Amino acid sequence: MNIIEDAKQAVQGLVQGAMAKAVALAPDSWMPGGEPDPLIRHQHGHVGKPLSRIDGPRKVTGSATFSAEFPVDGMVYAAVVFATIAKGRLVEIDTRSAEASPGVISVMTHRNAPKLNPPPVFMSSSKAAGGDNLPIMQDDRIHWNGQPIAVVLAESQEFADHAASLICATYEADVTLTNFAVAIAKGTEPSLFMGQPLHNEIGDAEKALKEAPVAVDATYRTPRHNHNAIELHAVTVAWTGDTLRIHDASQLVAHTAWSVAQMFGMDEKQVVVTSPFVGGGFGGKCLWQHQVLAAAAAKIVGRPVRLVLSREGVYRVVGGRTLTEQRVALGADKHGKFKALIHTGVIAKTPSNILPEPFIMPARSAYASETMLLDVQAVELDMLANTFMRAPGEAVGTFALESAIDELADALGIDPIELRLRNEPEKEPTSGLPFSSRHVVEAWKMGAERFGWDQRSVKPGLVRDGEWLVGLGCATATYPYYRMPGGAARITLTRLGQATVDIAAHEMGMGTATVQTQVVAERLGLSLEAITFNYGDSTLPGVVLAGGSQQTASIGASVIAAHRALVKELIKIAGNDSPLAGLKPDEVASRDAGLCKADDPSRFETYASILERAHRDEIRVEASPPDPLETMHWSMHSHGAMFCEVRVNAVTGEPRVSRFLGSFDCGRILNSKTAASQFRGGIIMGLGLALMEETQFDERYGRIMNPSLSEYHVPVHMDVPDIDVIWTDIPDPHTPMGAHGVGEIGITGTAAAVANAIYNATGKRMRDLPITLDKLL
Amino acid sequence: MTITVNGVSAALPDDLRVSLLDFVREHLLLPGTKKGCDQGACGACTILADGERILSCLALAVQYDGRSITTIEGLGTVDALHPLQQAFVEHDGFQCGYCTPGQICSAVAMVEEARRGVPSHVTSDLTSDRFDLDHDELRERMSGNLCRCGAYNGIAAAIHATYGDGNTVSDKPQVMPEAAE
Repeated sequence: MNIIEDAKQAVQGLVQGAMAKAVALAPDSWMPGGEPDPLIRHQHGHVGKPLSRIDGPRKVTGSATFSAEFPVDGMVYAAVVFATIAKGRLVEIDTRSAEASPGVISVMTHRNAPKLNPPPVFMSSSKAAGGDNLPIMQDDRIHWNGQPIAVVLAESQEFADHAASLICATYEADVTLTNFAVAIAKGTEPSLFMGQPLHNEIGDAEKALKEAPVAVDATYRTPRHNHNAIELHAVTVAWTGDTLRIHDASQLVAHTAWSVAQMFGMDEKQVVVTSPFVGGGFGGKCLWQHQVLAAAAAKIVGRPVRLVLSREGVYRVVGGRTLTEQRVALGADKHGKFKALIHTGVIAKTPSNILPEPFIMPARSAYASETMLLDVQAVELDMLANTFMRAPGEAVGTFALESAIDELADALGIDPIELRLRNEPEKEPTSGLPFSSRHVVEAWKMGAERFGWDQRSVKPGLVRDGEWLVGLGCATATYPYYRMPGGAARITLTRLGQATVDIAAHEMGMGTATVQTQVVAERLGLSLEAITFNYGDSTLPGVVLAGGSQQTASIGASVIAAHRALVKELIKIAGNDSPLAGLKPDEVASRDAGLCKADDPSRFETYASILERAHRDEIRVEASPPDPLETMHWSMHSHGAMFCEVRVNAVTGEPRVSRFLGSFDCGRILNSKTAASQFRGGIIMGLGLALMEETQFDERYGRIMNPSLSEYHVPVHMDVPDIDVIWTDIPDPHTPMGAHGVGEIGITGTAAAVANAIYNATGKRMRDLPITLDKLL
Repeated sequence: MTITVNGVSAALPDDLRVSLLDFVREHLLLPGTKKGCDQGACGACTILADGERILSCLALAVQYDGRSITTIEGLGTVDALHPLQQAFVEHDGFQCGYCTPGQICSAVAMVEEARRGVPSHVTSDLTSDRFDLDHDELRERMSGNLCRCGAYNGIAAAIHATYGDGNTVSDKPQVMPEAAE
């Protein structure tokens, strides 16, 4: 079984090439998802229904408990002090006034912090969760402007905050590199994403570009961004003997428990991380310094600690999306067929993290082109480590690629939708893999009709409503289907017909418990009321990241595996007196609180009856799904067609989005109410990306200049029109439930749709985000 | 010095620095009121002071001596939801749920403001003493409450479903005394 074992490593990014080819060439039936999930055939059950969130009443009454809200006796409040230079060392940190301040219990600095191992940086191993690998408060070194240098612990937040203001630090600054252009001039390095080079070549794209009858070639820029979940990053931590309990706001509880255990030199079972509700994540609610500082501080003071980062603190300690400078060049024949597709550019990262913003991901699979050159180069700056933010790569990559396609359509005199359809690939161009499910053409057609695309003026700048210039634009949305290794689930079925599913998954607004309750009820043939779905606790089975839009697939596959184990066990204990006697697990399905022969539902026995005869009160099974080889066997992606109407004020340049439609092809939709909200939420963050969001970075000092929600603008009620969302609802035959994750695709394509609409309204090409009014004057 | 929170009298803190937000969250253990920025920029901490919406992070608790405060816990409970809370659930007016208590408290008072004839930035006729809560009026008046998940459409739908054009609401926001217990 070496092929499978090696391929598993390739999935994890450790081995490439030959094994990936072996998986690609293997028969479909060998793959997870080779046989469609039987649930895809269930068309009239719980799956797909617009069920309101089962935790909704708790959320609307304020009784859903977030991480800073777990009451603990004897708790100490923490306040963090941040460095004010980008690189160097602390010469002196004077904490005497702070320590003498009323209510203060202790001040932690590198002088008295417990010895810790550095954090395992995310993607360096399967359970690593660290935003970077820098030692946390272990020495006098400063690595970024904003690094924590002291933690004040006091009897109240007021005492802690005041004392923190009394701490004085002096520094010795090193020569720093904080300027993107300067860093690029010094030279860039090739980059890797998930162990694979961010580089693809098909033929000689530069030559083909030169020879193409029609071509466009431009540079696009996107700034830094911050997630800005409304819930502040916060922890409540307590040591009970040798066990560390962390109430966290987390997208990766099991990863966090393991990683914190590595740092404190403990067994991972001694760290318990819970996170029942997360007040928004978007890639940010991972492991950063504050959780570790709180745990270290709790050790020093011998009491539980609550550490809530201030809003500024979130900007100082939690990384965001990095900036990009992208070149997209497209060459086409007179009919619009692509002869060359070039998407290259540079991003900034740090020496201590792994993630280069992989903006070429959309170009790898979106279009057919005779030649292709894709490449991401990186420079390393002295700054807080950048990280994943909603659709890393695709969110900003689609801005450049889909803007360029609009520019080419204009140059060719071909409708931009028609141009895209003419370059629809038959298989993934860069890998040659067949698509598992691709219905983007249907999405385009449905969307164009519903939006009224035929009303668009081909010539820009012609439609005017009073002082407002009106324009329409469109763009392709795309995001990969991922399923990461590490899933596992436990099912407990009682004689009363109640089922409990346990998995270390997360709820940060996606509707996890609601949707999974629907799926589990349907899979087990039980009512919604009979299902309890437990999640958000690192002691539960599974290592499940709520990221990469993969959690639904990971839970789905884990529950499929556990359900299979459950059926096997039930058949075993059902014995020879059961109508199911002699059947194999593969021949059996669940219905009406029991099992039946899949092709003869009359051969049936209830769970209650089986358990009663076996004198069992309950059955408990736990299982893990096979490793996600399917993602190497098929090209698996979600798709969408985005349509935007903007109005640009001819006097002030103010851009307003007046209509938006997202038409999606994301497999089967599991809950039409919560999925619509996720689509809309992604689109709204995309409107922010397009029009207002920017983390302003002072390139002289490496400091973020707008660390607040007053100065970092996110879309508010008035910025958001009624957003229309529709979907194909065509199941992907190779995924659990036929579904794809839907959390990230909404932000992809959106910025380009806005920019293209602005071009249509004004005749001005906007290639630098955000598109603020000054750029339109 | 005392303050009334959800119908229950409470002593104000000795520390004058305690914000009204931290007072309800940390002293009264009513964490339904949320802290999103602590500097008046996000609206998550919106509560009702004698029926008017305020940002509790920008208020010192001691300033509210003798006043009557309603937090989200005072509007309804899981078993007895306020009509607007019910509408938020039905119209999916939230995802993560963190900004939600602030959105709901804000909306309850906002409807009253509109009904009293308080104009907004988008009000075209400033001489009128009543306004319909149309699409723009509602969105403008709710723009101090940020929702990063982007549940804005659902929030607006829930408010419309509960209050219509805003002219038919009761005189005071519904406060359920039992919720305060």
